[in-house]
Amino acid sequence: MENVYLTIVLAPLLGAIIAGFFGGRIGRQGAHAVTIAGVGLSTALSLMVLARFIWGDLPVYNEAVYTWMVSDGIRFEVGFLVDRLTALMMATVTFVSLMVHIYTIGYMADDEHNWPKGALTGKNSYQRFFSYISLFTFSMLMLVMSNNFMQLFFGWEAVGLVSYLLIGFWSTRETAIFANMKAFLVNRVGDFGFILGIAAVGMYFNSMDYVEVFAAAPAHAETQVALFGGVSLMTLICILLFIGAMGKSAQVPLHVWLPDSMEGPTPISALIHAATMVTAGVFMVARMSPLFEMSETALSFILIIGATTAFFMGLIGLVQNDIKRVVAYSTLSQLGYMVTALGASAYAAGMFHLMTHAFFKALLFLAAGSVIIALHHKQDIREMGGLRRYMPITWITALIGSLALIGFPAFSGFFSKDAIIEAVGHSTLYGSGYASLLLTIGVFVTALYSFRMYFLVFHGKPRMDKHTRHHLHETPWVVTLPLVLLAIPSVVLGWLVVEPLLVTNWFATGDWNPIVVAPEHDTLQTLREHWHGQWAFVLHGMTMPPFFLAMGGLLLAAVVWWFTFAKNPKIDDQLQAMGGPVTKVLQSKYGFDDFNQKVFAGGSRMLGRVLWLGGDRAIIDDGVVNGSAHRVAALAQRARHLQTGYLYHYAIAMIVGLVGLLTIFVVL
Amino acid sequence: MYEFPLLTLVIWLPIIGGIAVLASGDRGSDISKWIALAFAILTFAISLGLWTGFDAGSGQMQFVERAAWIPTFNVEYYLGVDGISMPLIILTTFITIFVIIAGWDVITYKPSHYMAAFLIMEGVMVGVFSALDAILFYVFWEAMLIPMFIIIGVWGGPNRVYATIKFFLYTFFGSVFMLVALIYMYFQADSFSILDFHDLELGMTAQILIFVAFLLAFAVKVPMFPVHTWLPDAHVEAPTGGSVILAAIMLKIGGYGFLRFSMPITPDASASLDWMIIALSLIAVVYIGFVALVQQDMKKLIAYSSIAHMGFVTLGFFIVFTIIRNPEVAGGAVMGIEGGMVQMISHGFISGALFLCVGVLYDRVHSREIADYGGVINTMPWFGAFVVFFAMANAGLPGTSGFVGEFMVILATFRADFWWAFLAATTLILAAAFTLWMVKRVIFGEVKNEKVAGLQDLNGRETLNLGVLAVAVLALGIWPAPLMEVMHASVENLVAHVGECKLPASEAADCVLAVPASVAGLTEQP
Repeated sequence: MENVYLTIVLAPLLGAIIAGFFGGRIGRQGAHAVTIAGVGLSTALSLMVLARFIWGDLPVYNEAVYTWMVSDGIRFEVGFLVDRLTALMMATVTFVSLMVHIYTIGYMADDEHNWPKGALTGKNSYQRFFSYISLFTFSMLMLVMSNNFMQLFFGWEAVGLVSYLLIGFWSTRETAIFANMKAFLVNRVGDFGFILGIAAVGMYFNSMDYVEVFAAAPAHAETQVALFGGVSLMTLICILLFIGAMGKSAQVPLHVWLPDSMEGPTPISALIHAATMVTAGVFMVARMSPLFEMSETALSFILIIGATTAFFMGLIGLVQNDIKRVVAYSTLSQLGYMVTALGASAYAAGMFHLMTHAFFKALLFLAAGSVIIALHHKQDIREMGGLRRYMPITWITALIGSLALIGFPAFSGFFSKDAIIEAVGHSTLYGSGYASLLLTIGVFVTALYSFRMYFLVFHGKPRMDKHTRHHLHETPWVVTLPLVLLAIPSVVLGWLVVEPLLVTNWFATGDWNPIVVAPEHDTLQTLREHWHGQWAFVLHGMTMPPFFLAMGGLLLAAVVWWFTFAKNPKIDDQLQAMGGPVTKVLQSKYGFDDFNQKVFAGGSRMLGRVLWLGGDRAIIDDGVVNGSAHRVAALAQRARHLQTGYLYHYAIAMIVGLVGLLTIFVVL
Repeated sequence: MYEFPLLTLVIWLPIIGGIAVLASGDRGSDISKWIALAFAILTFAISLGLWTGFDAGSGQMQFVERAAWIPTFNVEYYLGVDGISMPLIILTTFITIFVIIAGWDVITYKPSHYMAAFLIMEGVMVGVFSALDAILFYVFWEAMLIPMFIIIGVWGGPNRVYATIKFFLYTFFGSVFMLVALIYMYFQADSFSILDFHDLELGMTAQILIFVAFLLAFAVKVPMFPVHTWLPDAHVEAPTGGSVILAAIMLKIGGYGFLRFSMPITPDASASLDWMIIALSLIAVVYIGFVALVQQDMKKLIAYSSIAHMGFVTLGFFIVFTIIRNPEVAGGAVMGIEGGMVQMISHGFISGALFLCVGVLYDRVHSREIADYGGVINTMPWFGAFVVFFAMANAGLPGTSGFVGEFMVILATFRADFWWAFLAATTLILAAAFTLWMVKRVIFGEVKNEKVAGLQDLNGRETLNLGVLAVAVLALGIWPAPLMEVMHASVENLVAHVGECKLPASEAADCVLAVPASVAGLTEQP
């Protein structure tokens, strides 16, 4: 199988290299053909691997491809661990990536208009974009298929690099190049914790290999580290690793980069900043479940951070008017749900939601992109309306995506979100009550902002200017086909996979179980015990608070932004005005951005200036280096006066000296 | 081992080449440049023989050449390399080629003299890395200053006189103390062989004094905080090639000195003063990181970035003692030193490339001020791609060489102390911040002014230069194992050596390091 796995990883890389370096020669057709061929091959093989895990008896693969280096007895290797958890991620990543590749043909078709006249960067931007998204696919696959911490970090940073390149893709836009630097730096703050976590693993386990570390972990269950007045080793490692996840998966307070990342072209918002890269943190924690299970402190921490993100970021979605930003805050909120699931030890539920979310959120983003193309890059939902008549496919698929997102019964999101809320409800860890409450109310918020957007965009009277309305039409098939292909799993996927993922622990292959849950943390146990098939689950779910909250949110949204809005188009503004200070707080995004900008960015620059001008310039250079030169010069100026040239001065000096010396001799 | 005097050839070939280039003069044709390039490439090709002929299984000196030079004082012409010096020699011969190419069309004032200075410089630096006799080492060490002095002083910027004098006095100040230490040890060992110095038994007071003397010499070269302020000035005034050699190789000589002299000759002093070096290294990482952030001159920014990265090197070297002393920590000492070594090689590629990039812009616009640029990628897309690549490498992105050393040093430092690792790891944020902010202001954005609008993308010569360095950065990042393998045995030897107490039997009670079996046997006797 090594060749298959290598092909899965390297095919997109090869595509990226060809499209990147020879984009000018092979032209647009060539670039998208070669990258789609590469990613298509990866997708086909990934699906084959997944199929062989489901219906065949494919064994778990855990081998090194090559030894990166050996130092001090630790082997740093590049290698793959492919089990069912990995296979699921590989299939999700490659499939969504393939959809996005196809979609990009339509979305980037007129990209030359996005560049200033004469800019050479605009010349092959289409090819370059394909090169980047293929490179991303390679990096993401390296991340999920890794069998060791070193390669995990490689993939982790490599996806960060591509994210940087893509957010700043339109590099002449000041907002874009600010956003990409911000994204990279905020992620680096997370990686700062992450690399220390890896270093801790290296120190105590003397290995980078997952399987070796997991096997040795129980021996360190009681190990204490003399830091912060004594913490358990596992808590230290897990929290440090999770800080990395907080950066990548945009959890409070490291979430600030994700909304700004919407400066990038929409296809990558779908692929990187919704479906795949941002879920890397969730995947990583699930992969490390044998470690996280050993620290309840870390789990509580995760629980609280996740729930906070899920609820409070969702609220911001209510006051956003940029179509992509609404979806972005929705992504933040949904990532919070996944992370909370991890904190409740419901790793399987987190992974399940990761997968369903990948499809319906990619769908929503691509639908938003389709709207943006149709409206010639206008993104303000206040200037949309009535699009369902002009863009039927986009409309229906966006409706499906929204229903899946709010957890409409039997849609994919329903299963995964209900499972998470139920699991968190069963958690007994510190903070679980808080998390459970926020997640439940969060369902209402989700429905409200999702359908606010939906009604404002697709229903009511068209509010765009005449010229734009005149040119409105459905987008080409390369755009709508991915929408349809993503809409299908958004509807049926939950129904299909809920049982294997949550009930029968499909992840375990033979004696290898990637998702380890300690019996006392097993929050999905009740769900398993009361499992009577999907119908029963749906029916049961329809008697529970989340269902009513979701329907309530949907209904309220319909009343406000559909019925009332038709009569009183100012209702949205009036509602926001009614919110008063609450609206202000939400619009300022709780002040995180201002705080970071002033304290961290401004503070660092000020500190740098103080150290440079005060330390380097004033003290070291002017004080010591040039200062000592000046002092020598000054001393020489004085000493010069001794050399008067008068003979009697010298004679006196000689006599005084002689007398002095004689005195010393006599006295001694 | 080898009859053929390979090291002698690698040292003297470029020096002869330099003289030949001088002799060819500047008669309007490019003949002197071609001669220089031919000698640089030939030297590199020959130096590869050191790699291919190297026995990686042995930590001993190889390619040894030994002949009497000044018999009266027992001074010898004594050369040899191990896994620590050999990669640095190859780095030197490799980088010199690009310096020659980079100066090709740019240097118009006496190009033959310029090329000759670099060739002579190359030979002298190889001499520094391969000398095993202290006096020979010292001669090469000081000789190195002359070509660099000339390069900055003749082809430098407007404030070059201040910079050259500062550079010269700073480094000379350091090295005088080293000479005293070397002579003291000669009287102890009755030999100038560095390897004999390694075995020399020294009392604690002597060790401390020698250690401090070496420290003054090497700390200035590295440069370590607070004796670093000559570097930004020297870089700013130096021509592109001078900056490249300075950053890529000359700084490494300081790091090499710690490994060849300070640590093995005075392990006990090193072990008792390691806190100081570690503190200075961490200051270099954090303090200099902030200082780099606010630089307005691209070369200064990269110079400060070099200081921060060299902080990683000295950190990796000196955490070794904490690890050795702590019986609960198994391993990590070798990783620290190897990490520092890789960081040196990698920094040679990356900083060299970054200075070449600044040179590309300077040749066109004649400004190094960040504020004079903006939106360069619009007119120079290929150049922009290279800059982003090297910037990412500078920020330690995995897959590039910049990651390898940083990763190893952080991993090793964690074994020594959590908070040291904590401070060291801030480089992930700081290095990314100062590098990418510069990239944002220079490369990205809208075309800022007429000059940027009129820029031409890289020519073939520049593309070749940056392209080869990019390949080197990637290769080392993707597969560092070959480099690690040649260093491994030597570094293990070194760690074993510095782990042993060198104090005389009378002071054995003061040993914080392991007491060697021979000495331990002596003290146990009644």
